[in-house]
Amino acid sequence: MREFLEGSLAVARIIKACKPGVISAYPITPQTHMVEELANFVANGELNSQFVNVESEHSAASVVLGSVAAGVRSYTATSSQGLFYMAEVIFNIAGMRLPLVLTCANRAISAPISIWNDHQDSISLRDSGWIQFYTENLQETVDFHLISYRLSEDKHIMLPVMVCMDGYTLTHGIETIDMPDEAKVDSFLPPYKPLYKLDVDNPLSFGPLADPDYYMETRYAIHQTHKDVLEIMPKLTSEFSRVFGRHYNGLIEEYHTKDAERVIVAMGSVCGTVKEVIDELRAKGKKVGLLKIIAYRPFPAEAIYEALKNIPKVAVLDRSLSLGSYAPVASEVKAAFFGKKKRPEVISSFVVGIGGRDITKDSIKEVLRLVNGREKSNEFIDLKPELLKEEYE
Amino acid sequence: MNSEKKPLLAPGHTACAGCGQAIAARLVVDAAGPNTIIANSTGCLEVFTTKYPESAWEIPWIHSLFENSAAVASGIEAALRYLGKKETINVIAQGGDGGSADIGLQAISGMLERGQDILYVCYDNEAYMNTGVQRSGLTPFNSNTSTSPAGSVSYGNIRPKKPMPEIALAHGIPYVATATVAFVPDLQRKVKKALSIRGPKYIQVHVPCPLGWRHGPELTLEIAKAAVETGLYPIIEYENGSLIGVRKITPRPVEDYLKSQGRFRHLFKNPEEIKKIQDIANNNIQKYGLAAANQPSQ
Repeated sequence: MREFLEGSLAVARIIKACKPGVISAYPITPQTHMVEELANFVANGELNSQFVNVESEHSAASVVLGSVAAGVRSYTATSSQGLFYMAEVIFNIAGMRLPLVLTCANRAISAPISIWNDHQDSISLRDSGWIQFYTENLQETVDFHLISYRLSEDKHIMLPVMVCMDGYTLTHGIETIDMPDEAKVDSFLPPYKPLYKLDVDNPLSFGPLADPDYYMETRYAIHQTHKDVLEIMPKLTSEFSRVFGRHYNGLIEEYHTKDAERVIVAMGSVCGTVKEVIDELRAKGKKVGLLKIIAYRPFPAEAIYEALKNIPKVAVLDRSLSLGSYAPVASEVKAAFFGKKKRPEVISSFVVGIGGRDITKDSIKEVLRLVNGREKSNEFIDLKPELLKEEYE
Repeated sequence: MNSEKKPLLAPGHTACAGCGQAIAARLVVDAAGPNTIIANSTGCLEVFTTKYPESAWEIPWIHSLFENSAAVASGIEAALRYLGKKETINVIAQGGDGGSADIGLQAISGMLERGQDILYVCYDNEAYMNTGVQRSGLTPFNSNTSTSPAGSVSYGNIRPKKPMPEIALAHGIPYVATATVAFVPDLQRKVKKALSIRGPKYIQVHVPCPLGWRHGPELTLEIAKAAVETGLYPIIEYENGSLIGVRKITPRPVEDYLKSQGRFRHLFKNPEEIKKIQDIANNNIQKYGLAAANQPSQ
């Protein structure tokens, strides 16, 4: 059914349809609306779930770790400092191979404190073992939560998934959404049947100490599973398409790339702005395109290589930084071409929209202008030089 | 002890000889019985019982991190409630004194405040033993540890033990008790009683550590007993906020407890410092009414 909904409320609706038995979260802007709505569903008896209010994000993540280990589908959501406070539990959940879906309402990191949107929070946890999806709009956000539960609980995967949606732009934005029908959700996402759980009839020990004879293989196994995700995602999204009628490649999306001379690579809601600019410029005969990265972990290097190998000029947009080094997405896109015969003449790296700085159509046009020149590294767009003057004795 | 039954913490683990925590943890899980799920904090107990690929636990057991066993147990309890199984299964969260009184205090407070049906057991060996005897919030006054060393201008740890039982009690929970590995029936009775009460419960068990306290492994129970009988470790029991029981003692001088432990050896050159510890014991004896009838406190 098509409905006009705020992003956070839409997330709450799809989570309700996924029927988690335990929900635990700690409030942080801009994640609050989605968990408030879930609390309402529980309070009104519309969702049979244990809603556990906690004293911190560390405990929110620990509660859902415990509930999934006990064999019950669970959910949490956070943002920014909250995700960082969860960080050690985040690694722990992946290391214990516990399937879980977490919504990250992407927000900048303090200091200075900022409640506005960029990708520094989730990007900083890219090495945790979690699968990470970055969504462009609300429909995709809703659909990927559902897809994420299926993927996470697949007995060949058994890894947690972080659905990263831009704070405010998506969490507080309102769009018309085709909410998946609950009966179809039930057919696509059967009840969670854990491979292993805490069970008094079959007592197992979870979370042992692994000495150097054993630890390395556990990390290798997660890495191998990420490769499996690259194989499984297209099949899973095809199945999703058959049930719900919307198709996603699952890893990347190509928008007018086939004949493009200049392609922007980006993640998240900025892709909507980029598409508008592309439509305008295409109308004027300019051959420009977009490669949207949906799956950042696993990183679909092969799909990116295939999509960009014949493109002359590529501009990568990063909404986070690796301060003191190359921007995260750009460095990985470049790495996808290392040692390859075919590659773009130019892969330039642009830093945009840090701490909620608006990314306008003019920002995107500036990127497309600059990518015509020499290769750029960490080129900041919309920087205010007047704020950078040093004023001290 | 139910010696005819298979212990739920199996022998063969790698604890040190004379480890008070290993003995107490077995007594706790045996008292709780097989229908129990345990969430364990990082620490000695976790390390010596579950070095992959082996585990000494005969019940479902999970270790996640140092400070979150109370929160992990909260998730397990919520999952059991969702599944309609909470009535038949006990949930225990447990950790050492550092994992409980210091780094895990916030998660414990959250668990106690939420009213969840979980027993928290703190095994109090009075320092971070797993990392090499650093002081914790439950390290006693004047104890020589690796981060509160006695030196030419120091007698060791400068503060008394953090009052964890009182902190737990302040949450308005239905059951709080201290126990010791020295008095086995009392410890097991308290575990059983706690598990018979719905809601959050807190039990703190005094467990000597031969390595950290620097005493012979054969002295573990004797020293634990001396801690109680000097008044330095009051054995108390609260139900619904009221003190319902204390273990009465005929107070012995604190030297009886201190003398066999290397961590207090430096004090014997300074009687004034021992006097300060006697004052702590006297205060406990008065505060909780520990002295048996007609026995003046020291």
